Amino acid sequence: MSRISTRFEQLRAAHRTALIPFITAGDPRPETTVELMHAMVAAGADLIELGVPFSDPIADGPVIQRATERALARGVSLGDVLEMVRCFRERDTDTPVVAMGYLNPIEVMGYGRFARAAAAAGLDGVLIVDVPPEEGHELVRPLKHEGIDLVYLLAPTSTEQRIERIGEVASGFVYYVSVKGVTGAANLDADEVAAKVETIRARIPLPVGVGFGIKDGETAARVAAVADAVIVGSAIVRQIEALAETPEAIPSTIGDFIAELRGAIDAADVAANRPEQVTS
Amino acid sequence: MATDVDSTRPLNPRTASQGYDDLPDADGHFGPYGGSFVPETLVYALDELREAYARLRNDAAFCAELEADLRDYVGRPSSLYHAARWSRELGGAQIYLKREDLNHTGAHKVNNTIGQALLARRMGKTRIIAETGAGQHGVATATVAARLGLECVVYMGEVDVARQEANVYRMRLLGAKVVPVKSGSRTLKDAMNEAMRDWVTNVDNTFYIIGTVAGPHPYPMMVRDFQTVIGREARAQMLERTGRLPDALVACVGGGSNAIGLFHAFLNDTAVAIYGVEAGGDGIASGRHAAPLCAGTPGVLHGNRTYLMEDANGQITETHSISAGLDYPGVGPEHAWLKDSGRVRYDAVTDAEVIDAFHQLTRTEGIIPALESSHALAYVQKIAPGMRPDQSILVNLSGRGDKDMHTVAKLDGLTL
Repeated sequence: MSRISTRFEQLRAAHRTALIPFITAGDPRPETTVELMHAMVAAGADLIELGVPFSDPIADGPVIQRATERALARGVSLGDVLEMVRCFRERDTDTPVVAMGYLNPIEVMGYGRFARAAAAAGLDGVLIVDVPPEEGHELVRPLKHEGIDLVYLLAPTSTEQRIERIGEVASGFVYYVSVKGVTGAANLDADEVAAKVETIRARIPLPVGVGFGIKDGETAARVAAVADAVIVGSAIVRQIEALAETPEAIPSTIGDFIAELRGAIDAADVAANRPEQVTS
Repeated sequence: MATDVDSTRPLNPRTASQGYDDLPDADGHFGPYGGSFVPETLVYALDELREAYARLRNDAAFCAELEADLRDYVGRPSSLYHAARWSRELGGAQIYLKREDLNHTGAHKVNNTIGQALLARRMGKTRIIAETGAGQHGVATATVAARLGLECVVYMGEVDVARQEANVYRMRLLGAKVVPVKSGSRTLKDAMNEAMRDWVTNVDNTFYIIGTVAGPHPYPMMVRDFQTVIGREARAQMLERTGRLPDALVACVGGGSNAIGLFHAFLNDTAVAIYGVEAGGDGIASGRHAAPLCAGTPGVLHGNRTYLMEDANGQITETHSISAGLDYPGVGPEHAWLKDSGRVRYDAVTDAEVIDAFHQLTRTEGIIPALESSHALAYVQKIAPGMRPDQSILVNLSGRGDKDMHTVAKLDGLTL
């Protein structure tokens, strides 16, 4: 069983919702990333999404675009990101890490070479924003061969047929994009999200994570009530940006924010699991 | 080309057997190129577009509406002009210009925007977005949006806003909102990134009019279809005028829509040599250019696999060209396929050669060409003298040069 599946199984047994923070690898400088990953785990992160910088991030809003530019200014490559994962694994062999990014850096490295290097580094999954299942055939084979999970996005515009199609290829978990828009976009509608998550659950037997538009403890708690995982990106990256000139303060500041989100999610989980309570 | 997922990029095994007329395949592939590499949110929008276009491309009423607009609003057919004086001066082949510069709005771009805007209206979309480099596509889009009463937002790199201010003003006069894009290299590629972000966000009511034969399926096919009117007309005009086909075709290639528009009707005419001319900037060896077919490698950008200007880590690199309309690190996937197949030869000319050709045509024929089109003219200056006077070259004069007055004047040390 993959590290991702193991982690979700443990959480399910404990009636807990996963917290998945996203950071851009190498932002604001490469030396910060591994330490920050450990700090986030210590503060309550269950899985880490590591953004692979790409020059043309068409699905990202301004906050993550700027993070990408900071990392690229430091020359961070896909190979460097895998090296960060390898370093992280020296001290943490339990927390799953998913690389999130765009196809071209992987295309240029070569699919087979990437899959082998990723497995060797201890990467658990990849989410490639611009590769729908129809274009992924050549990529899926080497990744599956190396035991790396393929995480796919689902959107408000995904039809039921489409959800089933993605269910055929996805593994680990699926990531529901809660709003039409780029990362860091407008507020999510909790009722709409709840309905869509139910539709997805009825068709895909994998945990469902929800991301885009989760800014604080309150929105995290609302999403925790309906999803298996709460994914937070821009709200974290914005705080990293504010500390770009004093990077030594980043791990503790972000750790505090993760702990706040964790507390809100745990409270929501406890409320949801209180057995047979009459609500009125 | 071999398929080896371990060391190279994936290649489609059907490559060898595909002919020019049955491309792309149902999923938008031209051999290993093209396809639809987009975020999930756009999959539904592209499905919807593909279905609407498949239905309407053979719909008699839609085709009649498009044809009437091309005749009465654009002014088609555009003329074929024998540039006799310039031909004599070069001392070789006879040069014929396909005068797309005489179209309404001054370039070939409107052939496509008319088609897509009619499609948008049939699909019930009320808001149009577009990216633009030189501003020609932005103007052509703002024009048709004004005529159809559709809201219009045009994304344009900040660098291009500065070097094409006349076109920015034209778009604003036409009622479009021009949004300067400040990210990345602040040119055409970044304008396209921003347009895609807008589309992801406003996908319900918005139609994205892509200006070239790039982007995810069905855009490369659909934009090509709307532009092939250029080659169909020119082929018939050449036969009527000269009694035979031209010996060579020449067109500039940025994304490649004017080139594919001219070339397509001639692809099966194997005796016709075809040349696509990329922006060589300061020269290929300098690295400061925008010539992915001449000096790039395959990769995936803006929804399709094609030749790109990229570094060893797969990051897209900055391009340079004197012409904003060619300042793009990718190229339409059909051109990538035509390069590999050997049917079209792609070459590059430098900014200096382009400026020289710009002045030559202006002074010998009284026609001021766009800097984009001047790339094709610069290549003609290279090949025409080596050809016989009974041979002919057909060039796509894709746009007029009014928009480039500031750029050219600046080279002469003048500020307008």
